[in-house]
Amino acid sequence: MEETKYTAANYKSDQSVRWCPGCGDHAILNSLHKAMATVGVAPHMTAVISGIGCSSRLPYYMNTYGFHTIHGRAAAIATGFKVANPEMTVWQISGDGDGLAIGGNHFIHAVRRNIDINIMLLNNKIYGLTKGQYSPTSDRGFVSKSSPYGTTEDPFIPAELVFGARGNFFARSIDVELATTQEVMVAAARHKGASVVEILQNCVIFNHGIHNHITDKEFRADRTIHLRHGEKMIFGKEQNMGIVQDGFLLKAVEIGKDGYTIDDVLVHDAHCQSNFLHQQLAMMDGYDLPLAVGVIRDVEGLTYNEEIDKQVAEVRAKKNFTSLRDMILAGETWEVK
Amino acid sequence: MLEKTNVKILDKVVVRFSGDSGDGMQLAGNIFTNISAGIGNQVSTFPDYPAEIRAPQGSLSGVSGFQVSVGTGVYTPGDQADVLIAMNPAALKQNVKFLRPNGVIIVDIDSFKESDLKKALFETNEPFKELGITAQVLEVPVTSMTKNALAESGLDNKSMLKCRNIFALGLVCWLFDRPLESALHHLKTKFAKKPAIYEANAKVIQAGYDYGHNIHASVSTYRIESDEIKPGVYTDINGNTATAWGLIMASEKAGRPLFLGSYPITPATDILHELAKRKDLGVKACQMEDEIAGVCSAIGASFAGNLAVTSTSGPGLALKSEGIGLAVMAELPLVIIDVQRGGPSTGLPTKTEQTDLMQALYGRNGECPLAVVAPATPTDCFTMAFEACRIAVEHMTPVVLLTDAFIGNGSSAWRIPEADEYPEIKPNYVPEELKGNWKPYIRDEKTKVRYWAIPGTEGLAHRLGGLEKDAVTSAISTDPINHEKMVYTRKEKIERIADNIPALEVSHNVDADTLLVGWGGTFGHLYTAAEELNKEGKPVAFAHFRYINPLPANTAEVFAKYRRVIVAELNTGQFADYLQSKFPEVKFERINKVQGQPFLVKEVIDGVTKIMEGK
Repeated sequence: MEETKYTAANYKSDQSVRWCPGCGDHAILNSLHKAMATVGVAPHMTAVISGIGCSSRLPYYMNTYGFHTIHGRAAAIATGFKVANPEMTVWQISGDGDGLAIGGNHFIHAVRRNIDINIMLLNNKIYGLTKGQYSPTSDRGFVSKSSPYGTTEDPFIPAELVFGARGNFFARSIDVELATTQEVMVAAARHKGASVVEILQNCVIFNHGIHNHITDKEFRADRTIHLRHGEKMIFGKEQNMGIVQDGFLLKAVEIGKDGYTIDDVLVHDAHCQSNFLHQQLAMMDGYDLPLAVGVIRDVEGLTYNEEIDKQVAEVRAKKNFTSLRDMILAGETWEVK
Repeated sequence: MLEKTNVKILDKVVVRFSGDSGDGMQLAGNIFTNISAGIGNQVSTFPDYPAEIRAPQGSLSGVSGFQVSVGTGVYTPGDQADVLIAMNPAALKQNVKFLRPNGVIIVDIDSFKESDLKKALFETNEPFKELGITAQVLEVPVTSMTKNALAESGLDNKSMLKCRNIFALGLVCWLFDRPLESALHHLKTKFAKKPAIYEANAKVIQAGYDYGHNIHASVSTYRIESDEIKPGVYTDINGNTATAWGLIMASEKAGRPLFLGSYPITPATDILHELAKRKDLGVKACQMEDEIAGVCSAIGASFAGNLAVTSTSGPGLALKSEGIGLAVMAELPLVIIDVQRGGPSTGLPTKTEQTDLMQALYGRNGECPLAVVAPATPTDCFTMAFEACRIAVEHMTPVVLLTDAFIGNGSSAWRIPEADEYPEIKPNYVPEELKGNWKPYIRDEKTKVRYWAIPGTEGLAHRLGGLEKDAVTSAISTDPINHEKMVYTRKEKIERIADNIPALEVSHNVDADTLLVGWGGTFGHLYTAAEELNKEGKPVAFAHFRYINPLPANTAEVFAKYRRVIVAELNTGQFADYLQSKFPEVKFERINKVQGQPFLVKEVIDGVTKIMEGK
């Protein structure tokens, strides 16, 4: 990564980190410190805003402006912050409960509005702070303290919500892959508009190993694919597997087998306006198709905060008053002498 | 009908326009108000409209009313109308109770056919008899005369019918000697983009005026006295617009940009509308996805350094409670506007009440004190919105501004303040000498107010949050003694605002034994009642609260002077209970009304008289 005048240490606060030993949040925090140093926005021009949950403690560990708010509302608070002070770079830290259950409404509207904030969604598929209830990303049948016989509902897939809300940026990483996490955080920060980064995170206490079928070192290379814009979609320990289009769907094939050559393998286009293939890629779950990490979609769009500023400037330029009194006097009035 | 012209000179007159909610009664009433204000009358209005946007045409539930009082010594829209305009039988049925005995009713007789009467659930073909009306009724063929006037306009039938309200307005203008030029001017502004519609309305208003002139031998006419009012430039303003403008004035005086996070809700939405227009003054008004996002975006904007506001009504205030608690904990400036309506739950969305006082004072988890202020009149909304902002920014606290549907929608003539009439607002920024050693919960020891560090400032990066914090550093703290200290500090900070607000004033007969007390939007009715009581030889003093929490510093001293204190309010006694908890040595007598309607002056007079006579 390129050098800026900041190092990760510039973004660390003096507070001791209180997450459980082995929690995936430690790695994510380190990745964020490094990503911020790479992006190079000064700590005093950076704001980190969170809701409630284990991951939402993160602002206390940052040497930036920070706000640990209330459950589910980080996106709304971050939106107001960015509109009010657009010079600042704004990060939102939420978990799957905070962001998608109690805060689901704010989440989809922040994405729809395309407010220029970076939403880090730490997905451990569990409520940790309240000691182990299922979350809106827990799989059907998941057994937890509040679902002793298994859940009877289907989960959200965060990417699907982002695309459903017409999101322009979606990336994914895994807590243990520090370099990838850092890479997608930097890309999110550089993207203008609402950028959603889903980070699969392990909760050692209440949901240990929930992402193991993907993240276990033994088969991570075969069950994940790192997407990079402009590059062939190749994966596998041997780098011999590729993603091809098969009718309306995607398919994983072995290159050089069954008549598939490297020319058949798709080239990733994160900047494609249509989100059709981005959705297909984001929905790959590590079973028949490898789970996609990296930047899946990164498309330019009008941002909410910039459009407000533009509109303010436009309407102000058309009026010949600049104060409340002059505005009122320009309307209907009468004089009493 | 009367036999001869009878010109009456009145100090004030009350006119009530009523019709279907699609009949344009609010527009007719508004124009009449503006013309009257323009010729030097005091005005006070009361739009009384249904919750349904368009109930079935001609039905009782679809009736919309607009009452206005014009003249001198006008503090309320009047208890009873002198003249009632009823555009159909439903309007007559719903509104005749607001007419004073011997008042005048003007009806559009063209819309009193059998089918119209049925829609309004009349049982006979004699609506006036059925309602026991003895008042003078002026049966005017409004519909047919409007159509006649527009016969050559080329307008279709529907468009012609839409001008009926303006015919009625023309007639009322003649009746009260209002200059048509002024009415034409208002119509021209209203229909600036539809010249054909303006032309039609101009024709129709003249027709209505001429009709009045032509039949003038058979109706009483009024001349209304004008007031001697303070010189200056005036405009007509309703309470919600005044609120919006007061916020802008505060933003200018504080040097902080204005942010509004809101969600549409009756009867507060006009504040959002006005501030959305005021992008031309740099205001950022965001319509968020829900009430919670409204307050939360404002909290974010406040943390970011803006003068941040959220506007709502009772149900929305309930949704915002948790967010407001966060602002109390983080000690951020925030103004929450509650335009009160009838409750509980969805209640009476378009009607007025003062039933959110306890919610504003106490409706949050934990020990969660904040400041509460309440404007007295539509124009006072400007001053108190300004005050809410001043207190919020100077004392780093959320402030609830409790207006209500009555003053929010009611309007008055308002003298536009000079640029220097309102004081500078001084945000409690981190002082220079603290820089380098500053911590988020270091306070000004005199006021107990912490300092405001604006994000983007180098050297002041800090973290806030809803968890209890160390009394100095703002690091998370679960220390029991620290928590108790913080609870009392937050309480004391609010109490010390009393040093920064005006004293309570007493008016009328200050030496009387009896003190009439009110708060918020009931001022006009209570003030007038106090006047009438003294005229009737029942001496009363009157004190009206606009600062609710904290109360003015001299409150106890004022109460101590009176043998009898009577609190009149539009709820079951919330302010009286609040005062009773603060001043256990005083016995607070009560006058209450919870009908979704403002007081009538008469009700207050009767209530006070009863208590004075010991009944």
